[in-house]
Amino acid sequence: MNYISFGVITVHFRSVKELIHEAEKRSIKLSAVIKEMEVEVQEYSLEQIEQRMLEQWYVMKESAHIGLKEPKKSMGGLIGGEGKKLNEYRRGTKTLAGQEINKAVSRALAVAEVNASMGKIVAAPTAGSCGILPGVLLTVQEEFNIPDKEIVDALFTASGLGIIIAQRASISGAEGGCQAECGAAAAMAAAALVEVRGGSPAQAGHACAIALKNVLGLVCDPVAGLVEVPCAKRNALGASLALVVADMALAGIESVIPVDEVIISMGEVGRALPESLRETAQGGLANTPTGKELNEKFLRKCVCQS
Amino acid sequence: MREYSCFDILGPIMVGPSSSHTAGAVRLGRLARSIIGGLPEEVEILLHGSFAQTYRGHGTDLALIGGLLGFNTNDVRIRDSFSFAQSVGLKFRFISTDLGDGFHPNTVKFIVFTKNQEKLTITGSSIGGGNVVITEINGYEIKLKGDLPTIITTHQDVPGVISRVSGVLANYKINIAFMRVFRKEKRKLAQMIVETDEQVPQEIIEEILKLEPIVNVRFIEPA
Ligand code: SF4
Repeated sequence: MNYISFGVITVHFRSVKELIHEAEKRSIKLSAVIKEMEVEVQEYSLEQIEQRMLEQWYVMKESAHIGLKEPKKSMGGLIGGEGKKLNEYRRGTKTLAGQEINKAVSRALAVAEVNASMGKIVAAPTAGSCGILPGVLLTVQEEFNIPDKEIVDALFTASGLGIIIAQRASISGAEGGCQAECGAAAAMAAAALVEVRGGSPAQAGHACAIALKNVLGLVCDPVAGLVEVPCAKRNALGASLALVVADMALAGIESVIPVDEVIISMGEVGRALPESLRETAQGGLANTPTGKELNEKFLRKCVCQS
Repeated sequence: MREYSCFDILGPIMVGPSSSHTAGAVRLGRLARSIIGGLPEEVEILLHGSFAQTYRGHGTDLALIGGLLGFNTNDVRIRDSFSFAQSVGLKFRFISTDLGDGFHPNTVKFIVFTKNQEKLTITGSSIGGGNVVITEINGYEIKLKGDLPTIITTHQDVPGVISRVSGVLANYKINIAFMRVFRKEKRKLAQMIVETDEQVPQEIIEEILKLEPIVNVRFIEPA
């Protein structure tokens, strides 16, 4: 493989289509193309970037284990222990959504809770949406016995698609609503899952597209401005969605609207959202009677104790 | 269009819950510690805007103290930073306030009493995604992002100071990435901020301090 000859192209992938084309032309995985791109941009060696991603994967795993084993109340006191609750419920029972989804969702919730209680997490792509990728990847790793090395590759695939989403749309709730945080995370995770299960680069693109299509318009409306409600449960949404659309793509279902167009549309929808629905805690669930009451209670707590 | 790394998308490893209200706050605390030159004796921390409203739910208060103690943004001890502060004798107080218009919603002002009974004020804001900017030191308006090694001088505003400081750095092959001078009045005291590509060893700082118009030099590690 000659980096130089691809140098101009690799750094300039601006669309998922180009990424997929490059991978298919050379019959390599999406993650291989993305790792080349990263080596180019970062001036680090392949081994160094793989090692760095592996370290992040260990932190992801640890955050899920901690969240399931020793759940803590969140800093704002609105959440805590839900991941563990679901994990215990699903054990040894026939559940509606099935074992894999409930496993992934309980882990996603657990990681989001660790974040909300000042534990250590990996922003993926943000702190608010940090549960989705570890939730699903940990579950496939366990269910299908996938070695860490392949999960690390899948994380590169996820981040490569995340780069394009960040460039063409947004990965910030303040800019694009929750579709840009939990939505982007679900789309990235779906593509990663397809690669882990041996799907084609094109199928990964379809999974990414279908996931994003399903969250288009999702607003960012954190109650009392805290990363707790609805954030943790939107991680549950993202994890379950990623698994479902990855299965759809692996079955050969395609997105009618091409993935790059979906991404651009997500950016447009985000910009069209009123400011009240972009992380300002002025609209949506933050503006419900209960949301407002919790906000006031919380403010009083802040003032009294300071 | 911005060039992203995979690690801008996945990462950083951080203590939650919020990159602006927690990770950014840790960095502000670390920068303040660096400007002070170590742990202060006592600090009053004024919180403005969104920092004033939601600091407890984001652990902004724990994060600021964690930063003052020298913790990194991924240090799980941040959750317990108040008890660490107590064990090293750091006295602190938080005050929710309104610093006025023109301040970023996530702004903090430190009023510091150092171990040598010096009083110091430092103001900074967390401007998103964990990025921060220090906007004031001791009444001087400045702009310090803290992602590069930085030298801050206080000096007499006379001709030639800038070239003499950059001359010292050039002698040691230290490349200047960014340089700016701030002053309240002409020909009185001014401050200069020099961001460098390389670390600046202590002996160079001392050499700069020996230059005649220089009153004070601080070296700030990137946070
Ligand atoms: S609701 Fe807003 S703050 Fe919460 S996860 Fe979604 S984008 Fe982030």
